[in-house]
Amino acid sequence: MSIWEYANPKKFITSTERVLPALWAASALCIGVGLIWGFFFTGDEARQGATVKIIYLHVPAAMLAINTWVMMLVTSLVWLVRRHHVSALAARAAAPVGMVMTLIALATGAIWGQPMWGTWWAWDPRLTSFLILFLFYLGYIALWEAIEDPDTAADLTSFLCLVGSVFALLSRYAVNFWNQGLHQGASIFRAEAVIGTDTEEKVSNIFFYPLMLCIVGFVLLFVALVLYRTGTEIRARRIKALMARERVAA
Amino acid sequence: MSLVITDLCIARGGIPVLDGLSFTLEPGQALILRGPNGSGKTTLLRTIAGLQPPISGQMEGGEDTIAYAGHSDGIKPTLTVTENLTFWASVFGTKSISNALKAFDLELLCDRPAGELSAGQKRRLGLSRMLVTGRPIWVLDEPTVSLDVKSVAMFATAVRAHLGQGGSALIATHIDLGLDCEVLEVGPFKAKPPAIEDFDGGFL
Amino acid sequence: MNALLLRDLRLALRAGGGFGLGLAFFLILTVMVPLSVGPQPALLASIAPGVLWLGALLACLLSLDRLLALDWEDGSLDLLATAPLPLESVVSIKALAHWITTGLPLVLAAPVLGVLLNLPVGGFKWVVISLLLGTPALSVIGTFGAALTVGLKRGGLLMSLLVMPLYLPTLIFGAEVARRGAIGMEVQTPLLMLAGISAASIALLPFASAAVLRINLR
Repeated sequence: MSIWEYANPKKFITSTERVLPALWAASALCIGVGLIWGFFFTGDEARQGATVKIIYLHVPAAMLAINTWVMMLVTSLVWLVRRHHVSALAARAAAPVGMVMTLIALATGAIWGQPMWGTWWAWDPRLTSFLILFLFYLGYIALWEAIEDPDTAADLTSFLCLVGSVFALLSRYAVNFWNQGLHQGASIFRAEAVIGTDTEEKVSNIFFYPLMLCIVGFVLLFVALVLYRTGTEIRARRIKALMARERVAA
Repeated sequence: MSLVITDLCIARGGIPVLDGLSFTLEPGQALILRGPNGSGKTTLLRTIAGLQPPISGQMEGGEDTIAYAGHSDGIKPTLTVTENLTFWASVFGTKSISNALKAFDLELLCDRPAGELSAGQKRRLGLSRMLVTGRPIWVLDEPTVSLDVKSVAMFATAVRAHLGQGGSALIATHIDLGLDCEVLEVGPFKAKPPAIEDFDGGFL
Repeated sequence: MNALLLRDLRLALRAGGGFGLGLAFFLILTVMVPLSVGPQPALLASIAPGVLWLGALLACLLSLDRLLALDWEDGSLDLLATAPLPLESVVSIKALAHWITTGLPLVLAAPVLGVLLNLPVGGFKWVVISLLLGTPALSVIGTFGAALTVGLKRGGLLMSLLVMPLYLPTLIFGAEVARRGAIGMEVQTPLLMLAGISAASIALLPFASAAVLRINLR
């Protein structure tokens, strides 16, 4: 029993179809409970008031925005090395999800930033990097759409993802250097922030548990979306292959 | 140097077009490929030239010995005939282009920008490039397109001279070049469409 | 290898080769900036380094679509791929030819255009140095973008979309060197980063470009 068995498209579709309903349900449950808990059963934060509650959307979306790209990088590498079609298609399926997550992170950030910083947008390094990440998603998706031959498209987008990852990291460093910003550090998983020794930037426990629930929910939602979309891509590929077969046979 | 092809399977756009193809091309020998349009001759020649990988099968003796000429001649219209040829000569590390100019009757045209040549003259320039490569195996895809009768004879003479010097040639063409050589019909090697139930990594 | 470089330079200089188009574009863009933001000398002086960098970047970008596409259309790339020259060398030389015909003239023109934009006296040196260090990276990265989109009929706009994000680090560090130089600040860190990006791009990207080109030639 190896993980590569699921690289067979047929096996992939049949097995994911079995777990998908559970995934949808679990993610809806986590996000629903997390949001209701977070919005209605936790107090307002001392300095930020009720505005802080947007973290239940902002933080999970931002985490997924970055990690989706990492996932695409891994699946692209798997495609380039092992030539499993499902892997390349999973990267293709994940890209729009990652792009939407980036958009959600940017939009919720703007809505949060308006009352807190007094502006919808600032050229803060974190915000700028997310905007740049959005541009990378845009280019990646556009390249997939532009190329006719599926294998060529998979190869070229994989290379773009590979090279793009290096340049995205460089951009992240570059914008940090270019402008020190307003945004607080990512404080969710810093031990001091959680236990509360770092009083400046701590995320207190009341907010922490519903937030964790939302993060888990978003991750489950992401997995479900990617599996579902990969299944769709596989079927589209199959149709394309069958049509090509017809043409050859004719 | 002989070119040995064993049990070759090639694909265009991920769909196998020719399967189980085997032949040997000895020095001094020419092989004509025939087959209807779309039967995979161009794909076969590009695979043999190393531009795309085969699906399966072996090709031996092709490394750094093949000179390939496809449908387009790679001619730069703003360079003169001499400049075009000299460029390819130095890329392939050979010196003289006078033989090539003579063989294809380009001597009078040699200072003209290639963009001013007629289609047939351009084709002759493209074919004369084979002579400056200094490589033993010629792989030619429809070399006689837009050539008149006289030019076709010129080309046939050049191929014969090449064969006489121990070279070999693999030519996909529909017309009779008057060469004394074998003909390979690719039609019988047409790949069978893969079984429709078999739904694996390749989607076919 | 010399033959390929000489051929590309010759082609660029002959009629229709496009030599000087990038330069003309750079000039027009620089003229349009004061016309759009206003002629106040202090404002122009503060944005001059960034405008010069952005102009040079866009001029580079616009000339990329001829870099490989012409050789693709007339079949030269097929023939070059079957020639004894490794494809990695081919793309490196193409990038070098692009730099000589586009990047270098931009570097030389930048100080002249700096005068138009009221660039502070101390800035001239750093604008030239930063462009000299940065434009090779622009050419090499651009070659990768051109190789990615060479098989597409209307690849130009898509290529811009793909290449521009890749240009960002070079732009940020390059423009930072020029900006800091112009106001007399210390430039060492961005200068080293810029040089690092250029060196790494020149060393590594040709392999990616050649791999991508091979895929497109299939």
